[in-house]
Amino acid sequence: MADSAVAVETQGLRKRYGDVEALRGIDLRVEAGMVFGLLGPNGAGKTTAVRILTTLLRADEGSARVAGFDVVREPAQVRRHIGLAGQYAAVDENLSGFENLEMVGRLYHLGRGPSRQRANELLADFELDEAGARLVRTYSGGMRRRLDLAAALVARPPVLFLDEPTTGLDIRSRMGLWDAMEALVAGGTTVLLTTQYLDEADRLADRIAVIDRGLVIAEGTSDDLKARVGGDRLEIHLCDGHRGEEAIPVLSSIASEPPSADNGVVSVPLQERSGAIAEAVRRLDDAGITIDDIAVRRPTLDDVFLRLTGHAAEQEEEEVEAR
Amino acid sequence: MSELHYAVGDTMVLAKRSLKRIPRQPDLLVGFTIQPIMFVLLFVYVFGGAIDTGPLDYVDFLIPGIIVQSMVFGGFVTALGLAEDLKKGLIDRFRSLPMWGPAVISGRILADVGTNVIQLVIMFTVGIVAGFRFDSSAAEIVAGMALLLLIGYAFSWVFAFIGLSSSSPEASNAYGFTILFPLTFISSAFVPVETMPDWLQPIAEHNPFTTMVDAARALFLGTPAGNSIWLAVVWSLLIIAVFSVLSVWRYRRAVGR
Repeated sequence: MADSAVAVETQGLRKRYGDVEALRGIDLRVEAGMVFGLLGPNGAGKTTAVRILTTLLRADEGSARVAGFDVVREPAQVRRHIGLAGQYAAVDENLSGFENLEMVGRLYHLGRGPSRQRANELLADFELDEAGARLVRTYSGGMRRRLDLAAALVARPPVLFLDEPTTGLDIRSRMGLWDAMEALVAGGTTVLLTTQYLDEADRLADRIAVIDRGLVIAEGTSDDLKARVGGDRLEIHLCDGHRGEEAIPVLSSIASEPPSADNGVVSVPLQERSGAIAEAVRRLDDAGITIDDIAVRRPTLDDVFLRLTGHAAEQEEEEVEAR
Repeated sequence: MSELHYAVGDTMVLAKRSLKRIPRQPDLLVGFTIQPIMFVLLFVYVFGGAIDTGPLDYVDFLIPGIIVQSMVFGGFVTALGLAEDLKKGLIDRFRSLPMWGPAVISGRILADVGTNVIQLVIMFTVGIVAGFRFDSSAAEIVAGMALLLLIGYAFSWVFAFIGLSSSSPEASNAYGFTILFPLTFISSAFVPVETMPDWLQPIAEHNPFTTMVDAARALFLGTPAGNSIWLAVVWSLLIIAVFSVLSVWRYRRAVGR
């Protein structure tokens, strides 16, 4: 490997489908061992990027290396070092869970014995051991996704691609998959995760690249991105809607920037969140201003996305993902 | 060497996968067992009396023809299976694995050869019960069986291409039937070509199915072969050459839907 510390590296990736520019020059650098989140709405180009990195699709321009190998010149080497779990649970419905995993092991050329052993291990890891002998067509959606994820892990690949692994799942199944992915990351696997769910990127990813219309528009840790829309703020709802202006000078010394008031809701940007609520309550009480509700609000990735792109992240559901 | 080793191994793994699903899908199981029996019986007892096949009994005339037809359609499962794998994203998974890529197709086709053998046994058994008798040497019968399997193998490649080219399993079903079904009927498989209208006769005579059916009859019944046997082999090899290249090309650029 050229640079073993970098698991995925792309330079100027471009892909066009007819009139649609799915990727307009993507540069990514994913260090080994991290979970890298590629966050964007439907049609942003996430799946196209994953398809290029997993050798399923050729970029029109630019280059990409995965696990140190060039995706165009050394596709066989790349395939030996990756696992892919897709948007659709790509498992055979007419095989059992065990048979699916065993088949994938054989196709990674692990051999019969090791393939079977690995299948059993993974079924246990993903709490599918009881369902392992059943045909997959009897599985629930969440179980299929877990099996799909297990199939991506059969060869213990150093680099794992998860393309919207929880899209379309109910909350409970998503949580289950998140737990599974967290356990896996603790094992040191590099993960490139695409998602349109901000909470998912927030919870799982060490670094996040926000992608919109084929371009990376921001990159950093979840905290970096949140810092770009400002830090924590104290939100105070007053009982008397007319006394907002009065509250501003009372609170300005605990604020990092001048507070603002709107219809009895006072917003106080904070430098330091600890103790802020107690201090604000004490001061407003001294000034005789009564409080209906008070809370520290942290910016979410939704705020980030809205700020960066001018539109919310989870819209455009009707748009088909360009692939 | 290791390349060949993987090619064979991966093909076997995927052939096993295709065969496993047959008993698990009742519609497939019926397609492979009840359907051929039904066709033989319907043709022999319903149409048989109305079709004049000269010196041959209709059941003797029919069995080679109907078996060629069922060999041709034996690869049908390959079209359905590949179209389904595309739709479900399984082809994406296979293409991301360090396996021998064409095994996705060759595995299915090998499974087809297996099911074609089963169909051959079933149909000849039913045929013999209904009155069919071989009238040739053991060597010719063996050669005839081999030719039937070669024909089935060739058309599996055609169906692989159809499956990889159509937008859904339903579409591949429609393509397969509208293209191949009439071709098998405008041939010497079910009625003598001489009984067709004048304008249709040249089409039927040059139809490769006619060549294949004539070859099968010659090998099983000792009817005059002409050059039908060699031509049937050439046709089969030609179909294999063209459609294996087309199918692998299709697979390599296949995109999940």
